[in-house]
Amino acid sequence: MPFLEIDAVRKNYGPHEVLKGIDLSVERHQVVTLIGASGSGKSTLLRCVNALEDIDGGEIRLDGDPVSGPGTDVNRLRRDVGMVFQSFNLFPHMSVLKNVCLAPVKIGGVPKAAAEEKAMALLSRVGLADKAGAHPDRLSGGQQQRVAIVRALAMEPQALLLDEITSALDPELVAEVLNIVRELADDGMTMLLATHEMGFAREVSSKVCFLHQGVLLEEGPPEQIFGDPKEERTRAFLRRIIEAGRL
Amino acid sequence: MSSGTAVRPADKQHEARPAAAPRPCRLLAAAGLAGVLLTAALTVATGAGAHGALVGTPWGGGTTWALTAAATAGVLVLLWPALGAWRAAAASAGAWSAGRAADARREAAKSRESAWTSLGWCLAAGTVLGLVWFLLANDRAVQRTFLDGHVMSLSFADITNALGTNLFIAVVAQVLVMVWGLALALARLAPGRAGRPLRLLAVAYIDLFRAVPAIIIIYLVGFGLPLAEVPVLSDLSPTWFAIIALTLTYGAYVAEVYRAGIDGVHAGQTAAARSLGLSHGATLRYVVVPQAGRRVVPPLLNDFISLQKDTALVNVIGTIDAFNQSKIFAANHFNLSSVTVVAVLFIVMTIPQARLVDHLVARDARARAKGA
Repeated sequence: MPFLEIDAVRKNYGPHEVLKGIDLSVERHQVVTLIGASGSGKSTLLRCVNALEDIDGGEIRLDGDPVSGPGTDVNRLRRDVGMVFQSFNLFPHMSVLKNVCLAPVKIGGVPKAAAEEKAMALLSRVGLADKAGAHPDRLSGGQQQRVAIVRALAMEPQALLLDEITSALDPELVAEVLNIVRELADDGMTMLLATHEMGFAREVSSKVCFLHQGVLLEEGPPEQIFGDPKEERTRAFLRRIIEAGRL
Repeated sequence: MSSGTAVRPADKQHEARPAAAPRPCRLLAAAGLAGVLLTAALTVATGAGAHGALVGTPWGGGTTWALTAAATAGVLVLLWPALGAWRAAAASAGAWSAGRAADARREAAKSRESAWTSLGWCLAAGTVLGLVWFLLANDRAVQRTFLDGHVMSLSFADITNALGTNLFIAVVAQVLVMVWGLALALARLAPGRAGRPLRLLAVAYIDLFRAVPAIIIIYLVGFGLPLAEVPVLSDLSPTWFAIIALTLTYGAYVAEVYRAGIDGVHAGQTAAARSLGLSHGATLRYVVVPQAGRRVVPPLLNDFISLQKDTALVNVIGTIDAFNQSKIFAANHFNLSSVTVVAVLFIVMTIPQARLVDHLVARDARARAKGA
């Protein structure tokens, strides 16, 4: 059974249909990458999976349990699925350590000392142990995003949703963030991510999905999607990426 | 977009144009000079008038003349920029006829700036002179009515004591308003279908209490509660009625201040907190409200300044506050100078706070500019 099942999911913003019935499944320890132009629905899909947006049709199942629709304990769902955002969204009024420990201590019931010890271990893993006492505005974008990843990991999620996590970074800071994602993939973390970094997607993904105007047009192993796309619109999209020198 | 090889059309914009003439400045410089001389003459005339009105008082005679001389000297200092404007205007004309267009424009700009400086100060001085004339009018009737030194010194101690009541009402009400306003704001933001009744209640309350003038609420609470003979509530002192009434009114305003602050916290913060599994309440408590708190301090202080001033409204229910005390003096002496004392006390109390708000707003703007 797939870990995450997205079944005919639809989403409207008013009359505008953003997701037109998406079917997608993510197995445990898989890295599934969503590619497509801005506005194709990648971010919306991720936000729907984390119940940050209500869906207007279909169903999302986590480990076989429905996690969409009325009556779902969204807070329980979110403890199992962490999310990292394009704009980091660190809490600016807290130190790095507090950012990481907030959820485990306040809702995870982890004692403060244990949470801090774990947080420090995670921070050292991403090379930021010395920044534990700093506030986010003292950190570079890449450092902030690494903290955001650690913050999500601190809840020990079974899966991570990564929403274009390098799009707001200066080019020279992209690698430090992608390296961490690469390590997580090697460790077997289940991940669903949206990205514009095609080289990275090709290297790290178990499966690549091309979204176009709210429809999942094509999915397959990275070699096939990038090497031999079947859909004309996938080919056109990749051609524009290559023209821009991004692949 | 455009490739580097495109040939730029030789349009008119890129051809040489005749040098731009300086903006006219001579007339303005003349006006500046005339303005300064006129203001100086008015100052002397005002001094003479004051001398006539103040004969026989400690302020008459030599003091008046000394003040007049000092004021006139002050006005004549404005001749410095005015003459500077005149000289620069001449220099501009000279440079223009010598073909040095850039110099001409620079001198003209200097001249206009100096002329406007002297004219601006003349306007300020003229306003002060007008005020002096108003006070002296009708054989100093205005000054005697509002600024009678005898009545002011007589009433000062009692009024300052009574101001303690205003301060007590203000401080207690401010504390209660902070709590009540936050409660209303959170009720207004109650989530989902279950939160709807709470939201409706909060909206109704806020609309209602912002619509009714504070003085009417004070009147209704102050006279209504004792009449209604509600247990406990009716036995409170008028001071506490005032505190309740002001809390009811200002709670509604402050709720909106909080709500604006909470809405101002970026939606990504809520998304991040919720994605970590924090509930709506925990998100507000740990993430949103602490960030909103910083933003709402300046508008909150602004509302508190209004609240402090509105404590004077309690005189409608007979609380002996500073204003009521001053009215007693005013009635006994048939003179409003004691009320001026209250006004001055409120000014002394309010202006430092207003400056503090300005400072905080400026600091906030700087922090936001840096963060963005």
